[in-house]
Amino acid sequence: MSEVRLYDYAHARAGDKGDTSILSVFPFTDGDYPWLVRELTAERVQQHFGEEFQAEVRRFEVPNVQGLQFVCRQALAGGVTTSLALDTHGKSLSSRLLALSLPSPNAAEAPST
Amino acid sequence: MFEVPEEKANLGSNSVRIGSGAGFAGDRIQPAVDLVREGDLDDLVLECLAERTIALAQQRRRSDPSTGFDSRAEQWFRALLPVALDRGTRIVSNLGAANPLGAGRLAIGIAHELGLLCRVAVVTGDDVLDALDLSTPCLEDGRPLDARGPVVSANAYLGADAITPALATGADLVLTGRVADPSLFLAPLADRLGWDLSDPATAAHGTLVGHLLECGSQLTGGYFADPGHKDVPELARLGYPWADVSANGEALLGKLPGTGGLLDRRTAREQLLYEISDPGAYLTPDVILNLYGVTLTETAPDRVQVTGAAGSSRPDQLKVSVGYQAGHRAEAGISYAGPGCVERARLAGDVVRQRLAALGKELRIDVVGSLSDGAPGEVAQCWLRVAGLTQSLVEAETICHEVESLYTNGPAGGGGVRTHITEVIGILSTLVDRDAVTPTTTVLEAS
Repeated sequence: MSEVRLYDYAHARAGDKGDTSILSVFPFTDGDYPWLVRELTAERVQQHFGEEFQAEVRRFEVPNVQGLQFVCRQALAGGVTTSLALDTHGKSLSSRLLALSLPSPNAAEAPST
Repeated sequence: MFEVPEEKANLGSNSVRIGSGAGFAGDRIQPAVDLVREGDLDDLVLECLAERTIALAQQRRRSDPSTGFDSRAEQWFRALLPVALDRGTRIVSNLGAANPLGAGRLAIGIAHELGLLCRVAVVTGDDVLDALDLSTPCLEDGRPLDARGPVVSANAYLGADAITPALATGADLVLTGRVADPSLFLAPLADRLGWDLSDPATAAHGTLVGHLLECGSQLTGGYFADPGHKDVPELARLGYPWADVSANGEALLGKLPGTGGLLDRRTAREQLLYEISDPGAYLTPDVILNLYGVTLTETAPDRVQVTGAAGSSRPDQLKVSVGYQAGHRAEAGISYAGPGCVERARLAGDVVRQRLAALGKELRIDVVGSLSDGAPGEVAQCWLRVAGLTQSLVEAETICHEVESLYTNGPAGGGGVRTHITEVIGILSTLVDRDAVTPTTTVLEAS
């Protein structure tokens, strides 16, 4: 199946509250929102970050702005206080999320590879 | 009651223009000055207080009672007071941090020195450390507030109703300590537009405007640029945002013409959802905000209309942010370059880990940088970074020394050691009844 990189289809922002990372994702094109809702599930996001995300990811659909909001608890190694990461706030998680691959929104027409 | 400046009244408009001049303590000052000089603002808000800032400020105040407010307060006042007083723009800010009265006295001193007439209203009452029972369970895991380390600060998030009495004094500058960020915007809007803060629908409109503006240039293209992918024009000259807010709560977001940056539906919606852990119930001291009906519409270049905020009654209790001493964070690094640099950095990391084993601290060891193997035209270089949390300063220094000693006791060609130790402040939360908090306004005058 043809895969695409989320980076080419969406923009994202990360915020933090304590040990919780909050990731917002929006498609560049409104027409891609149903595809994003279908493919960019909470499980897919959790899997992308692997063991770094220690608790279940919760997803909110915010269709009035074509947004998906991922609330990721226990995702910041204890948060700004105790994290030893370079980016203690996890601000860069938004860019890392965009590296994720998803089945193409045009999968039906795309040549299989 | 504050009178609307004449030039605004002559427009025949009953809208208020409120600008955002700082989205965090380290924000740039010049764009805020430009916004006041050319933006025809009624109010300018400076949001300068992150979660940990106030605990650190409280500690500074303990060692020197004349400090404890934002460390750049003098720069902000010197740059903004002359132009804001000239233009009739009121300034509202939380840069009072752990010493709002001290910040107020500083502002008065600067105004006096510059020959400016200035009335400053200071809001206190957020500091609840003396009244708080530290054996209270924290919201995070139910352990007592003082179980982890010495508590150094406890500040309640005050709401807009704590700020409006200060605005009603006719002050040119209103300084607070801890208040909820959107309340800094809701209060002046309510003051000028005659809003009833006890009406959740009204409070929701002003809170949404505050939420969109509180991070400053994150609304106008800051934190958005990705070259060739999401370009932002003239990022170096990034302009700060404002909102024109009408009495019915509709808002038109804008930014200063001729500045760099970008304000569109994309930048606005990133800010709309920023740090919102439940889009249907964003808790503030003024209202529980629901974002599911919000519409963002581009009406012109760098103009976005906002409608549709909804809200329900404010929470009964106020959130209190409690700061405690959580030890020290040591960070130390050394660079390697040329063929084999990554292997040498990893060896250095292993060596440091072995030498520090007796310390019994968990270390994080990263190799970062350009990990090229030295192809023509590229310089292979990388940085070994060692980080650890310790209780005592001595232990933190031990970590740094073991990295520094790699100069003569580690792999070949290490250079440029940097070490850094920061005091770590932990933050816990609890709730207090509104009755337990007494916001107070103090007026200071320079004449």
